[in-house]
Amino acid sequence: MSRFEVDGSDVLTAFAILTDGLVYAAYLFIVAIGLTLIFGVMKILNVTHGSFYAFGAYGAATAVGIYANADWPAALGFLFMLAFGMAVGLVMGVILERGLLRLVYGRDEVVVVLVTYATFLILEDVIVLIWGPGSYPAYQPLVSAGNTEIGDLVLSNYDIILVALAAGLAGAAYWALKFTRYGRLLTTVIFDRETAAAFGINVTLVYTVTFIIGAMLGALGGAVMAPKISVTLGIGVEVIVLAFAVVAIGGMGSIEGALIGALIVGICRAAAVHLVPQVELFVIYGVMALVLVVRPYGLFVRAQPRKI
Amino acid sequence: MFLIAAAAGPALPDWVVSLTTIAFSNALVVLGLVVLWRAGLVSFGQALYYCIGAYIVALIGRWAGFTDAFALVLLGGVGAGLVAALVGALLARYREIFFAMLSLALSMILYGVLVKTESLGSTDGFSVTTPTFLGFALHGDKLILALYWLTLGIGAVAALAVGTYFRSIAGALAAPIRDNEIRVEFLGVSVTGIIHIKVVIAGVLGGLGGALGALTIGHVDPNMAYWTTSGGFVFVTILAGAGSVAAAFVGSLLFEVIRTIAVDVMPGLWQMVLGSVLLLTILFLPDGLGSLVARLKKRGEARS
Repeated sequence: MSRFEVDGSDVLTAFAILTDGLVYAAYLFIVAIGLTLIFGVMKILNVTHGSFYAFGAYGAATAVGIYANADWPAALGFLFMLAFGMAVGLVMGVILERGLLRLVYGRDEVVVVLVTYATFLILEDVIVLIWGPGSYPAYQPLVSAGNTEIGDLVLSNYDIILVALAAGLAGAAYWALKFTRYGRLLTTVIFDRETAAAFGINVTLVYTVTFIIGAMLGALGGAVMAPKISVTLGIGVEVIVLAFAVVAIGGMGSIEGALIGALIVGICRAAAVHLVPQVELFVIYGVMALVLVVRPYGLFVRAQPRKI
Repeated sequence: MFLIAAAAGPALPDWVVSLTTIAFSNALVVLGLVVLWRAGLVSFGQALYYCIGAYIVALIGRWAGFTDAFALVLLGGVGAGLVAALVGALLARYREIFFAMLSLALSMILYGVLVKTESLGSTDGFSVTTPTFLGFALHGDKLILALYWLTLGIGAVAALAVGTYFRSIAGALAAPIRDNEIRVEFLGVSVTGIIHIKVVIAGVLGGLGGALGALTIGHVDPNMAYWTTSGGFVFVTILAGAGSVAAAFVGSLLFEVIRTIAVDVMPGLWQMVLGSVLLLTILFLPDGLGSLVARLKKRGEARS
């Protein structure tokens, strides 16, 4: 076979990279969208987002435990798991926003980041307090979804659901921002908080609601990933730095940016895993550094005037 | 302060000496962070230089068989400094959150490379050969003391050097840069150049800290480049405050003491204790413990 003839295994690899990349991108997008939303509106780089993810995952694992023992049908169980995870996110968002963030709103961006970092550390151990140090398998939804076979490639139906969910979320976010009243208020606040307040928009309320939505989305990310990973300590730590990379690439506060960023990172990582496994971890941060070099504020950010 | 600590060395129990050695090698990294902090920059990637310094020491010890402690630590610092000079050209163009994120990304790149490198032990890392001091091979207690004195010595030199830098014009420009960069540029000063220098200083200090840390701990692993390590250094900087050079050392010592106590008292929940301490410090003592000392001093002066 000549060098330039594409044989069956190359096509298979390419297809595998594409599908793996899409699945990974879907996971990244669901996790990153909450983070970028909170940053765009409140200008807070929320390290606690990792905790939302972890709590969502643990909550989902608990939910799976509940419905698996009660023997519910798979689809209902899946929805229950997601709802439970999001409820956890809701509660956490409310507690954190009301209790803690109020105290540091006026302060320097970096100080707020450090506050969220401190909160993240505390919450990591709260997880241990509530759920203990062991790991929780929550594989039931994954297994019960079954597989689809396309030629030689075996796809997990759960992965397909994941991609569909992410696409749905992206579509819903786009529609909500463009066509609902709240969405347009949000966009205004992202553009310029002071002017929005001058127009009579209740910025404090927008902040609270945004944070809660961001928390729920983060928890949703954890809940939806719980069946695929081993729900154990440290998942928050890993995911937060990945979410940062995606948001930094896409541009903070930009939902399209999060989508494109997730796709780029997802496909690059899948390519690395299949072709050059040694650079798997390195490629994500390499891409991030590369994008930041060319476009310091990410790919999808409006030009900001320099204020003297 | 350093002389007292050095003199007290032989009298203190082993674990205190080891604790102080590690605290002071961390303090060097924190000092680097303080240099950047004064200019309004938070680096979430100092672990990069810490890890480079540590791995240089470990690798030279293993491959070249060269084990002189002084030379190794110096090489660690210089190596990290070179990397800092390189990436500093890039980093100096960013501010605030983006500076933090890019520095984070760079340290995670190193982490990714190290984890995937089988020859360097991947996530296990590998051990550091015992250092010699100008030809003398020491063991046990004497080794611990020797490392302690080495760390104190380098710490003292670094403290003096950085103190001089702070009192110089370049150092004094840090606060104006933080407040309003553009006006500093109008003065005819290259802000990017100054920040580049600060990144290099922080890099060298980070490398020295890492090198000393590697020698003391006796083991290096990729976790030294992970973002949580950087987070720990930032944590200490907040605790200590950026007010003075001494604050970095006292703060590091305090941090190690708090961490040891936390692990002792609540072995499963020490992260929560640390996080709470950090939170309380940010909320109530935003300028760190150094500011508390300054405040008490002022009150004392006002009274007299």
